[in-house]
Amino acid sequence: MPRELTQNRIQKIWIPSKDDKPSMPRAPRGGPHLANPPTVIVMVGLPARGKTYMSRKLTRYLNWIGIPTKVFNVGEYRREAVKHYSSYDFFKSDNEDAVKIRQQCALAALRDVKNYLTEEDGQVAVFDATNTTRDRRDMILEFGAENGFKIFFIESVCEDPNVIACNILEVKVSCPDYQDCNKTDAMEDFKKRIECYRMNYQPLDPDQYDRSLSFIKVIDVGRRFLVNRIQDHIQSRIVYYLMNIHVQPRSIYLCRHGESQHNLQGRLGGDSGLSTRGRKFAGALAKFVEEQNLKDLKVWTSQLKRSIQTAEALNVPYEQWKALNEIDAGVCEEMTYEEVRERFPEEFSLRDQDKYYYRYPSGESYQDLVQRVEPVIMEMERQENVLVICHQAVIRCLLAYFLDKSADEMPYLKCPLHTVLKLTPVAYGCKVESISLNVEAVNTHRERPEEVKRGPSTLIRRNSVTPLTSHEPFKKPRIDGLDEPIIREVMPAQLALCSASHTTLALSTQNLKKCCIECHEAPQLCL
Amino acid sequence: MSLIENNTEQCGNSLTRELTQNPLKKIWVPSSRNGLPDRHISQKKVCMTNCPTLIVTVGLPARGKTYISKKLTRYLNWIDVPTKEFNVGQYRRECVKIYKSFEFFRPDNEEGLKIRKQCALAALNDVRQFLTDEGGQVAVFDATNTTRERRDTIIRFAEQNGFKVFFVESVCEDPDVIAENIVQVKLGSPDYTHCNTEEAVADFMKRIKCYENSYQPLDEELDRDLSFIKIIDVGRRYLVNRVQDHIQSRIVYYLMNIHITPRSIYLCRHGESDLNIKGRIGGDSGLSARGKKYAETLGQFIQSQNIHELKVWTSQMKRTIQTAEAVGVPYEQWKALNEIDAGVCEELMYEEIQQRYPLEFALRDQDKYRYRYPKGESYEDLVQRLEPVIMELERQENVLVICHQAVMRCLLAYFLDKTAEELPYLKCPLHTVLKLTPVAYGCKVESIDLKVEAVNTHRDRPTNVNVHRTTEDALQTVPSHL
Repeated sequence: MPRELTQNRIQKIWIPSKDDKPSMPRAPRGGPHLANPPTVIVMVGLPARGKTYMSRKLTRYLNWIGIPTKVFNVGEYRREAVKHYSSYDFFKSDNEDAVKIRQQCALAALRDVKNYLTEEDGQVAVFDATNTTRDRRDMILEFGAENGFKIFFIESVCEDPNVIACNILEVKVSCPDYQDCNKTDAMEDFKKRIECYRMNYQPLDPDQYDRSLSFIKVIDVGRRFLVNRIQDHIQSRIVYYLMNIHVQPRSIYLCRHGESQHNLQGRLGGDSGLSTRGRKFAGALAKFVEEQNLKDLKVWTSQLKRSIQTAEALNVPYEQWKALNEIDAGVCEEMTYEEVRERFPEEFSLRDQDKYYYRYPSGESYQDLVQRVEPVIMEMERQENVLVICHQAVIRCLLAYFLDKSADEMPYLKCPLHTVLKLTPVAYGCKVESISLNVEAVNTHRERPEEVKRGPSTLIRRNSVTPLTSHEPFKKPRIDGLDEPIIREVMPAQLALCSASHTTLALSTQNLKKCCIECHEAPQLCL
Repeated sequence: MSLIENNTEQCGNSLTRELTQNPLKKIWVPSSRNGLPDRHISQKKVCMTNCPTLIVTVGLPARGKTYISKKLTRYLNWIDVPTKEFNVGQYRRECVKIYKSFEFFRPDNEEGLKIRKQCALAALNDVRQFLTDEGGQVAVFDATNTTRERRDTIIRFAEQNGFKVFFVESVCEDPDVIAENIVQVKLGSPDYTHCNTEEAVADFMKRIKCYENSYQPLDEELDRDLSFIKIIDVGRRYLVNRVQDHIQSRIVYYLMNIHITPRSIYLCRHGESDLNIKGRIGGDSGLSARGKKYAETLGQFIQSQNIHELKVWTSQMKRTIQTAEAVGVPYEQWKALNEIDAGVCEELMYEEIQQRYPLEFALRDQDKYRYRYPKGESYEDLVQRLEPVIMELERQENVLVICHQAVMRCLLAYFLDKTAEELPYLKCPLHTVLKLTPVAYGCKVESIDLKVEAVNTHRDRPTNVNVHRTTEDALQTVPSHL
């Protein structure tokens, strides 16, 4: 007898009723089961080849598309174990003590990998270390086989001295290992460190030794790729992602359409045009864009009138993406929040309970939005300077991707009207500048309601783990002597966008008010 | 108190263009002062490439070049990138009416060489015409192209015409694979209509030999400035060099996801639903009694087929899930497989649509593929939505997809290479399973009627699609219902 179906009240997903034994796996994400056995991604390469850059970017992407992923950086474990870094001598292959310590650190990290994938619902673990010898990789393969994990290698090969020097300057000289050195000394020491590894480096060999392994070799920062034996969907997506990212300097500008007629009335969704102030913003945006003096700016809008009207004022070619349309509020489209509360009180309350997973009846959820918007993200990775003129929920999704915000934080990110967010990739993360164009607008932001506020411990995801080598139950600063903890949890409010839209209108007389916020990412990690 | 603005659009700035909404696609386009739409703005989902692309296959005979060319062409056309393949072998068969033997391909056969070169040039000429004059965006130049000299000729040709070049090389030395290829597609070739199997295979092997000596594979060093993908051993390994733009990136992704392992894809709709019986479109109703019967029958059918490791996919709408439940195996729900969103017309009967939105109803009949329901979707939108499903179907082996009428039409059009014009009128009746099995260069289709009665939901294009037509004309082809 076929089982009865009931519709989950938040996600609006039909599932067999609870009374029956659920013998089949539910796929709440509405997508394929991406990685049934967990996957360990193993980085391979000499120092300063971008392994940590790729690890963190990939992890950010996978988490954003809903695959719980975490980075395990062996260098961090080493810094726990060896409190003070003296010099590259530590990395000499004949330094027996050091070799032992490094081996222990790798094992500790693998233990945490196992714990993450088996006990903590992780699906992908990124093992970020040089892994330059066959011995080390064989050990990892054994570890994978024992635990039923799939193993996928990502090797970065690069001999361009400019790229390497640039990497060292960007992320190594300011690394904790070199806090007491000047730049030149740091650079020198690091180069010798690389040499220590080079002597024993055994690159992946697709023709013989490693021909049955699954891996991608990234050559010369993406000029060329060698891909061997992709096993499954997740590996295929990882390869596609790695082939689309680049390291060219560029900026991404995100903003919403100008204030619309519906905004003025406090109405959700719809397809109304700009208000007078919205048109004023569009003009201010045009001026702003001109002043940025960018080469080759691509401008993207949604297919809703208000974003297109905004782009029109720029007088440059733009592309319309249906995928950038605002979240579909289904039966609640064009209502005010008061009307929603009146006519659909249960829905109203459910949304506040779990705003990320909540799907409007006959509409969408933030989770749906992420899936819809993913091709936009992929194309943004390929592009250089881009301006995206979109909508509140959409911009929150995009921002969460770039700033590595969790599903819990995403629906509450502050993205006021008439404010441009300028994102510039830097080191391992993204610098954000919030630029208010000083045109008044209504505030459309709804805070997380008090009654359902949750403690900071739930659902805030940390992408790199604190080594559990110590018994301390609480996260502690990883490096003695540093004042700030490595991982700063930035609450949504802290994304302090200094637009004046939600305070009253005592505006400054400047035309533009700029606010620079340092990247929230952890300081540079290195081996 | 909310601020309410008066509704007139005031363009303070005479440079700001008015926007009008295209009534068919519901896309906002700027109109110039005389009210006509301006052409300036791109409405494509993403700009695929700035200039036309020439894909050039490379490889010995029987390495799957034509298979890849045709499949890639089918995929690109389905995602709305006008693509055409140009198979030099066909030009040769035009030129040399009767194929005698492999001797034609001997490297010392000057006559043969001359003809083959002419054929290649003729094909390139047609490529130029397609890409420059006929609105083509991608041309697939399908030939062996095994010498560097030939490839240099093509590169020069492309440069002269402003085309980008992307090479797709297939390298394979597995004798089983090659033998299988020969059996699948060479024996039935026009070249071998007069031979028996053994003769044909022997001749073809000698043909391959003719190319082997002069074969210069793409080289990591020598060809490092070219854009290409080298496919090794039917996808075990890939070497990708210098992907230039979005379309090349998509092509690479596609090529890395396809495989040739034998398998079957089963497509069907949910069982008949309560709204189906009433002649209403869309909605999220449950199965009718007959629909439930179908679900059971489907379960039995699937059991009887004894399919190895079958994956079952449904949409997130109740009726497909109820259907899958009866099949009794684990299934995955995809929101992307949901039925086309009919926007303001959701849950209406066709008669009601004609009554309330006669203009919309007529526009839909005029261009059913591009027509977007107000606050809803078009078939064109559906295709974009379904692309990840297609990609995953390519990766998978045996799959049963339980979906909906419009969705099934889109998927079917992809597998059977149907045009945008044909797609919205493909017949996908309830309670019928389509079994697709890849064979040679295409797909075999078996239609299996599970013999459980259901309403007909197929509406043909009426004769009169004019916006001023009578109600009777508009409803001419509406299928009967309660």
